[in-house]
Amino acid sequence: MDRVVKYFGLAFLIALFSFQAIASESDVAHEAEEEFNVSEMIMHHVKDAHEWHLWGPEHGGTTIYLPVILKTKDGIKTFSSSHFYHGDIIHDGKNHYFKGEGPAEGLAMFHEKIYELDSEGKLHFENGHVHGNVKPIDFSITKNVTSLFIGSFIIFLMMFSCARYYKRNGAVAPKGLAKFMEPLIVFVQDEIAKSHINEKNYKRFVPYLLTIFFFIWINNLLGLIPIFPGSANLTGNITITLFLATLTLILTLVNGNKNYWGHIFSPPGVPKALLPIMIPIEIVGIFTKPFALMIRLFANITAGHIVILALISLIFINKHEAWGALSVPMALFISVLELLVAALQAYLFALLSALFIGAAVEEAHH
Amino acid sequence: MDLVTPDLGLLFWTGIVFCSLLFLLAKFAWKPILTAVNDREKSISDALELAEKTREEMKSLKAENDQILKEARAERDAILKDAKSTATSMIDDAKNKSKDEAQKIVDAAKDSIRSEKAAAMAELKTHVAALSLEIAEKVVRTELSSDEKQKALANNLASDINMN
Repeated sequence: MDRVVKYFGLAFLIALFSFQAIASESDVAHEAEEEFNVSEMIMHHVKDAHEWHLWGPEHGGTTIYLPVILKTKDGIKTFSSSHFYHGDIIHDGKNHYFKGEGPAEGLAMFHEKIYELDSEGKLHFENGHVHGNVKPIDFSITKNVTSLFIGSFIIFLMMFSCARYYKRNGAVAPKGLAKFMEPLIVFVQDEIAKSHINEKNYKRFVPYLLTIFFFIWINNLLGLIPIFPGSANLTGNITITLFLATLTLILTLVNGNKNYWGHIFSPPGVPKALLPIMIPIEIVGIFTKPFALMIRLFANITAGHIVILALISLIFINKHEAWGALSVPMALFISVLELLVAALQAYLFALLSALFIGAAVEEAHH
Repeated sequence: MDLVTPDLGLLFWTGIVFCSLLFLLAKFAWKPILTAVNDREKSISDALELAEKTREEMKSLKAENDQILKEARAERDAILKDAKSTATSMIDDAKNKSKDEAQKIVDAAKDSIRSEKAAAMAELKTHVAALSLEIAEKVVRTELSSDEKQKALANNLASDINMN
């Protein structure tokens, strides 16, 4: 083990010292080639897409074209996204977009967003954003939606097989997958639900907490796999975290008892004169808690993806594969860290949800 | 800005998928798993409780046994002591009795010896008396066989009386 660490360290040092020279040479040599835009590449990978790119060049590589479902004023349109990716690439100043062909006629895709073309068959840009073109509602099975299906299917299969084990064998010591899952399930039940929601109420919320815990955890892990069926930044997507945080908010509001609302509209021990200030603060507080949940998960997972992509990009920025000796170990380190973050964020989301719900159903004890 | 703008389509699919996942898992996974796990936990804690109870029972049983054993031992000791003292007293009794008996025999023997002796003495006395008489007769006969001797004797006797 020590030897491995030593060799790694040595490789690091050699890499660090030798690259400066190589890198500066190659910079001059390849200046003529097309500029590699790191931020665009990273943003492209972190955001949703209508295709699932596997390998090869950005245009014309091996990719899975996902179905596009649009609700336009003419009704619902369904076709493969290849009709965009194989369509003409229109350059309009700095911006370039795909013009749909075949069933996608009259539509265009700019940065994975679909717009209707105007009467001139063009998109109009203002400060790098599309302006004035009609945007049909996009219900496409995008990369994230596909990942959502795959992740949910995996979770269901896993848990269903665990449940089947118990059904077959009764209440015995678990084996196989159930042996691995049971401590986690018991942990969520006892350490997350039972210790933060009172004894009388906690059982109702255990299924929800278990589902968000495993949903976030498994999808976080899927996101760390660099190739299909992983790599989608699902739990780092603001829509997903918004949805999950909203569920927690709704559960808090629906289950809030007299004691909970009492603390908001007449906080005990607060002078009457301060109420006009306190009540708005408390009301804002209801929303900031799930808002923090939403931002925390989104930022953590997205940041993890960005850091790994940025480290890998070192190779392409410096245009020399030897940089891999530096960027690959670092990306590996971050990936391992992300494994921890994946579990930690799932735990935190479930824990804080339990805490908020617990506060809402807490009985008065004074 | 795209990065932090929620997407309606994704929200729609997430809602459908997450809610059905929640429903399916709650019905087909969480319920049976948690039931099994909690049942097992309960059965384990019941078993532990039973074991604890049994241990307590065993403890009290053992204490009882010890008590009984102790009592039995004490009883045995008492019986032994009793027997020993009985034996000693019996031996003593027997000793005393035999001593008395022996004493009695000795006493009887002494008595009989004494009476025999007395009888023998009486007989002896009679014999001696008879013998003395005989002797005396013979002596007298010899003494009185002549006149001089009769005279001498009479003189002798008379002198004896005078001296007195």
